[in-house]
Amino acid sequence: MKYETQRVAYPFFAVAMALFALQVAFGILAATVYVLPEFLAEAMPFHIIRMSHTNLLVVWLLLGFMGCTYYLLPEEAEVDIHSPMIAYVQLAIFAVAGAGALLSYQLGIHEGREFLEQPLWSKILITVSFLMFLYNTSLTLAKGRKTAISLVLMLGLWLAAVFWLFAFYNPGNLAVDKLYWWWVVHLWVEGVWELIMASLLAYLLIKMTGVDREIIEKWLYVIIGLALFSGLLGTGHHYYWIGSPGYWQPLGSIFSTLEVLPFFAMVMFSFFMFWKGRRNHPNKAAMLWTLGSATLAFFGAGVWGFMHTLSFVNYYSHGTQVTAAHGHLAFFGAYVMMILAVITYAMPQLRRVQPYNQVLNMWSFWLMTSAMCFMTFTLTFAGVVQTHLQRVMGINYMEVQEQLQLFYYMRLGAGMVVAVAAIVYFIAIFGPAREQAPATPGGELAAGTAG
Amino acid sequence: MAEALTRSAARNIFFGGSLFFFIVFVALTAHTHWYMLNVSTDSDALTEQVRMGKHVWEQNSCINCHSILGEGAYFAPELGNVWTRYGGRDNPDGARTGLKAWIRAQPLNIPGRRSMPSFDLSEEELDALVSFLEWTDSIDTQGWPPTPAG
Repeated sequence: MKYETQRVAYPFFAVAMALFALQVAFGILAATVYVLPEFLAEAMPFHIIRMSHTNLLVVWLLLGFMGCTYYLLPEEAEVDIHSPMIAYVQLAIFAVAGAGALLSYQLGIHEGREFLEQPLWSKILITVSFLMFLYNTSLTLAKGRKTAISLVLMLGLWLAAVFWLFAFYNPGNLAVDKLYWWWVVHLWVEGVWELIMASLLAYLLIKMTGVDREIIEKWLYVIIGLALFSGLLGTGHHYYWIGSPGYWQPLGSIFSTLEVLPFFAMVMFSFFMFWKGRRNHPNKAAMLWTLGSATLAFFGAGVWGFMHTLSFVNYYSHGTQVTAAHGHLAFFGAYVMMILAVITYAMPQLRRVQPYNQVLNMWSFWLMTSAMCFMTFTLTFAGVVQTHLQRVMGINYMEVQEQLQLFYYMRLGAGMVVAVAAIVYFIAIFGPAREQAPATPGGELAAGTAG
Repeated sequence: MAEALTRSAARNIFFGGSLFFFIVFVALTAHTHWYMLNVSTDSDALTEQVRMGKHVWEQNSCINCHSILGEGAYFAPELGNVWTRYGGRDNPDGARTGLKAWIRAQPLNIPGRRSMPSFDLSEEELDALVSFLEWTDSIDTQGWPPTPAG
């Protein structure tokens, strides 16, 4: 850790991980209701559990992005964070907005659009906190060296804030409502968040492979170019059946198919740099999460997205468990794993120790990753069966759901393994640091090369 | 990667291309907005009652169990075409009565079956909600869903 103010990242990571734990807990509750419908039916109906699960994810990912930004920005800009105090205050505001929304859900107080259920006061606090964050980080960047990584990261964060403003617009016409709702949801996760993900990936690769910045940053621009060229008009794959003109079917099909390219490029990029790089970085666990994130993002967002994106396929699969399968693996691969990678990379520096608990951390990686894949497979099978029974044969919804019971049991099992893996991760990251490194041929811990 | 492509060239392609596609996207969104107001939805039928129904829909977070036009939680049936499923296109009064009775009958408390909570809606709210579902059913969705099962 070269700059004292990088330490600001630590509480962001801690709060993000606490909310991650809660998100997984609510996920397990929801999965339990799928197999035992009477479970919590009175105390906490399914819709409350579900909005808690999805909102916690979004809130902790945003906190994670902020933590990552505070960590890497001083190194990239070669100056300290403008104001650590602003950072702590905006963290507190964000945490109050998130936790407050979560509590109010349990009391039945919420708005009613999917993922944007936060009550108005919470939305305003989120906006205020985010603007304080952007002010703080932009001033930091303005004072220092402007690398492609920090510029792309800040561009992604600023655009995320701009598109968030559509959350405040809720027209009475349901079709128009959906048209702009996607300006938040799609343009975040299939647009500007990819800028954030790609710049975090580029940062980790520069640090851990030692490949020349010029080469890595060129890749970065190519990747985010592919992301936005495909992703902007790729929004069209959400416009097939909501009252939009028919031209969105060919347009959305073509451009959303191209959305696979940036994810494919990220896999190529990561492994190419990994093999090309000569630096034998001691933090093997961070490297594993980094490569894993690029790979699972490619499968979850890329392959699983393509699977149901063509309009003539989507006509049958739209709004079935196929969508749920894709959503779970895409978010996990692209965003969850990338933040866990940065945390794994940053924590030894923040705690001023050599990389620690690496074997434990890698156990968590393999457990969590295989459980999420298994969950995705079970939901995919459920979705394919559902599509055929309900959308082709026209059997009514509730009857079809009874046929999917086995898959829902398996999904619950997978979720429990994810929970165990998350606990292992928390212990590896926040627990007592033991010098624990995987055996590599001739690989003594290269002390002093960390960072 | 081709050596011919420099970092600044890649950056310029990114900014230029993104701007181009964003402008195209904004233009198509504007056209789609116009199309929705004038062609695919019935703006005249979008009464205060329908708006209130959308509000009831949101206040009770129906979307976190049900889906509407395929978007939502997939835990409960699709409601974008529930008006058609209840025969509302041929017999609007019957569908209205049937839908209101169904919502009032919750929770059904059938062992082992997912049950919808009781939402304690007033007569006015129930009518508004049903009107909202009726209006939604009239949106031109390019023929989706493929079967009345939703």
